[in-house]
Amino acid sequence: MTLPTFSASDDPGPSFADLLRRTRPIDPLPQAPHDLAFTHGTTVLGVRYADGVVMAGDRRATSGNLISHKTMEKVFPADRFSGVAIAGAAGPAVEMVKLFQLQLEHYEKVEGVVLSLEGKANQLGQMVRSNLPAAMQGLAVVPLFAGYDVLRGTGRLFEYDVTGGRYEELDHVASGSGSLHADTVVKLGFRDGLSRDDTIDLVVNALYRTAEEDSATGGPDLVRGIFPVVATITVDGYQRVEDAELRTRVEALIAGGATS
Amino acid sequence: MTMPFYVAPEQVMKDRADYARKGIARGRSAVAVLYADGILIAAENSSATLHKVSEIYDRIAFAGVGKYNEFDQLRIAGVRHADLKGYQYSREDVDARSLANAYAQMLGQIFTHEMKPMEVEILVCEVGLDAAQDQVFHILYDGSVVDEDTYSVIGGDAEAIGARLEAAFQPGLDLAGALGAAVSALAGPDRTLTPGELEVAVLSRANGRRAFRRIEDPELITLLAT
Repeated sequence: MTLPTFSASDDPGPSFADLLRRTRPIDPLPQAPHDLAFTHGTTVLGVRYADGVVMAGDRRATSGNLISHKTMEKVFPADRFSGVAIAGAAGPAVEMVKLFQLQLEHYEKVEGVVLSLEGKANQLGQMVRSNLPAAMQGLAVVPLFAGYDVLRGTGRLFEYDVTGGRYEELDHVASGSGSLHADTVVKLGFRDGLSRDDTIDLVVNALYRTAEEDSATGGPDLVRGIFPVVATITVDGYQRVEDAELRTRVEALIAGGATS
Repeated sequence: MTMPFYVAPEQVMKDRADYARKGIARGRSAVAVLYADGILIAAENSSATLHKVSEIYDRIAFAGVGKYNEFDQLRIAGVRHADLKGYQYSREDVDARSLANAYAQMLGQIFTHEMKPMEVEILVCEVGLDAAQDQVFHILYDGSVVDEDTYSVIGGDAEAIGARLEAAFQPGLDLAGALGAAVSALAGPDRTLTPGELEVAVLSRANGRRAFRRIEDPELITLLAT
């Protein structure tokens, strides 16, 4: 592998996607038949709270009417102060996350400074937009993006549509098959300036309720020890909530009469 | 028809090497020192924004001296090489040795075939999982590579700085000790370097996935004082 060098007029700059296109043209997706069963990830959500944002996602992935994975992860750190959660076709979604993480790191290393949160959100929008041809064939990816804005000192949430449209939400967002249920539960429990504990309880409850209504969303599994992925993003960066803590919260939720 | 004068290849190479060495000697030097927890890189650099020391990948760092635009071009090519390789294969497959070879190929090619050699000298450092796996590659303007296992000095005054570092270096120094040795070697007996004139970074095993970390003002002042 030789060093990738470019003439000044053809230089891809800090964009990893442009660099990839220059060095290795990506094959267009073949025409996929519409009845092909792809793996789909399902419900993810984000909630703003006093110190930043909480992101959460259930662990189930489905292929048609089958459950294909019980322990899929749909919430990922994008960089130190932001996270991305995915819903939609799992293959392209995970690839998109990988490229997005690389893109942010690549920019930071080439330019020597970190992109602004706004810049990161726009970048993800362009990546969703470039996936549009695949989305038309049923491989839609609709991520959520959330992060702690170091300049403004607050958590911010962004959702996307398949065309790459970027919409900033103030308080809470959800995406995926169970998003309607999850967002309703969050909406009823949300108030301004929630604490970390209350916010995590709220998202755990929302995913628990959604799993009761939506077959493609997996609930917490106390027998196998499978809990949703929950992460907080604050001034201290991206931190995943431990499974042990989530187990305590799920048990408290059930003991509190959540089964009624 | 005009015929070019015959110039012996030895003379051509010597002239180019002299030219490159002169360019490098104009700038200030940089050193890399292995210490207990990884690799420390220190450079004399009064600019806070035009870096001589930078991150290439999770465990790999770059230091360059000489002409800024030329080593910065090499740095960016290195980041691209590493990121593409990590994307194509896996993060563990990105290593300093292959990057050092790629740099050597490019510098050697330019030295023999282009009008003007690159007036740069660079270091490619990789911190391993334990101290035995730490690597420092020193690459010269003509593409020669030297694999160093204790410390390395690049830049105009390399010989004198190397002699001072040789005297001060011991294996297994802590961070403050390594920094002290590096800075006094860079400064020499007649000068003291202030934190504002230094650019310091470490590749530390304790830093998690991205081992590279810049050591900046409050921390640098404290470390220099000890």
